[in-house]
Amino acid sequence: MAIKPKAGGFVLRVDPILCDGFGHCHELAPELVQIDEWGYPIIKGTPTPLSDADALESARFAVRGCPRQALRIERTPTSN
Amino acid sequence: MNATLPRVLHGATGRPLSLAEHQATFAAPVRTSGLFEELEASGLTGRGGGAFPTSRKVSLLRNQRGHGKVVVVNAMEGEPEAHKDRTLLSTNPHLVLDGAEYLAAMIGAKTVAVCVPRDNQTVVHYLKRAIYERTLRTHKGPTFELHAAPWRYVAGEESALVHWLNDNESLPQYRASRTHVLRVGRGPALVDNAETCAHVALIGRFGAAWFREMGTATSPGSALVSLTGAVDRPKVLEVSLGTTLAAILDAGNADRRPQALLTGGYGGTWLAGNHLDVPYANETLGPVGAMVGTGVLVVLPRSGCGLLETKRVVDWMANESARQCGPCAFGLPALAEDLTHLLHARRDGPRVLARLIERCGVIEGRGACRHPDGVVRMVRSALSVFATDIERHAQGSMCEGAKADEHWVTVPSIVHEDELVWQ
Repeated sequence: MAIKPKAGGFVLRVDPILCDGFGHCHELAPELVQIDEWGYPIIKGTPTPLSDADALESARFAVRGCPRQALRIERTPTSN
Repeated sequence: MNATLPRVLHGATGRPLSLAEHQATFAAPVRTSGLFEELEASGLTGRGGGAFPTSRKVSLLRNQRGHGKVVVVNAMEGEPEAHKDRTLLSTNPHLVLDGAEYLAAMIGAKTVAVCVPRDNQTVVHYLKRAIYERTLRTHKGPTFELHAAPWRYVAGEESALVHWLNDNESLPQYRASRTHVLRVGRGPALVDNAETCAHVALIGRFGAAWFREMGTATSPGSALVSLTGAVDRPKVLEVSLGTTLAAILDAGNADRRPQALLTGGYGGTWLAGNHLDVPYANETLGPVGAMVGTGVLVVLPRSGCGLLETKRVVDWMANESARQCGPCAFGLPALAEDLTHLLHARRDGPRVLARLIERCGVIEGRGACRHPDGVVRMVRSALSVFATDIERHAQGSMCEGAKADEHWVTVPSIVHEDELVWQ
């Protein structure tokens, strides 16, 4: 098991070219991903603290659940 | 050479200068060392639209390791209203190539790829001849390659251009970080606009102090302006940055009391006609909501309808989307549809206007390139500059300009989706 860092935050990033608007990310991480009228994700732009374990877990689900593998988690030095 | 205009268009004879004429017009290149320091001191910013400091870009590439570095001269000019790069290449092609040669020397590149749109065969021909003349020199510079890429609005975006050089597809690429280095093959690529290269050539000859004799402290030098719309004829002017808009309109023999100006091109902004006393430079245009951008100024007279022009531009821009990213592929046609609805003063105007504003916020910043952002910026500026007119349209009455269906912005005909050529 990786040691969970407490400092810093993360954001989800989508590669808009790969994304085909399946919408799985919105189902898996509704607190981080909204969906627009055409079905493409609107991702929360401000970092979420890494200490928020629930959000981080759903972000990981979203990354793994993306059929196009268009999502990734990016670490940020600050949490908000 | 003294500090008078024109600079990059100096020696214009109506035909491209040959290498011998070029060397006679501009004193032969003297500086061999300290080029980069001069470029840094000159404060030259990119003239392709982004106005990014050229020396910062060069220093990023200088610090890159690796063989096969490439200088890419971007003369794609996807902006339909811009003519500056083709004018420059039809006047002083060797000045652009000199600049590219200096840039190649600065970063240690052995190849220069010159990219021009393939539908402009005249410019392609001029460049072919200029490059041939260079191969006959005794002094051997970098190898010049000429590439004629398909003409699409987004084809001139640097990642699309590099993608075209690599894979023969003019599609923008997603870059996860801002400082991502583009590569042609395995070699890091420095992509610079043709006009920027010409300025580099002059800085290499006459130095940074000479360059700064013109322009403002933050936007030094001169720039090419493509002036169209309510003008006697479309023209390219070379102006010192910091000249007032009124002086540019005077020099170009344009309508002196315009309703508005489209600044910076199709991805630029509208500027109300009462701001003509503003100096033409990013730091002074910015606060009033305008920009230098690609150097385009379209003059909209009082008889025109800003909403109609905006709708026409957005229609075309939506069709020019590479259709890679959902928010751009679906969002831009949605904006165009809302604008058409408002233009024809159909029912439900206020609701459509509110939806348009909301959609602008949804689309912004969600494409791989800045194409959708440019359109959103343009639409937003139209909503503020033409606010009263748009409000009237929304309430159900078309203005006279819209009824007359007068067109001032030159918008190319819309190519059917299936016939768009990307390769």
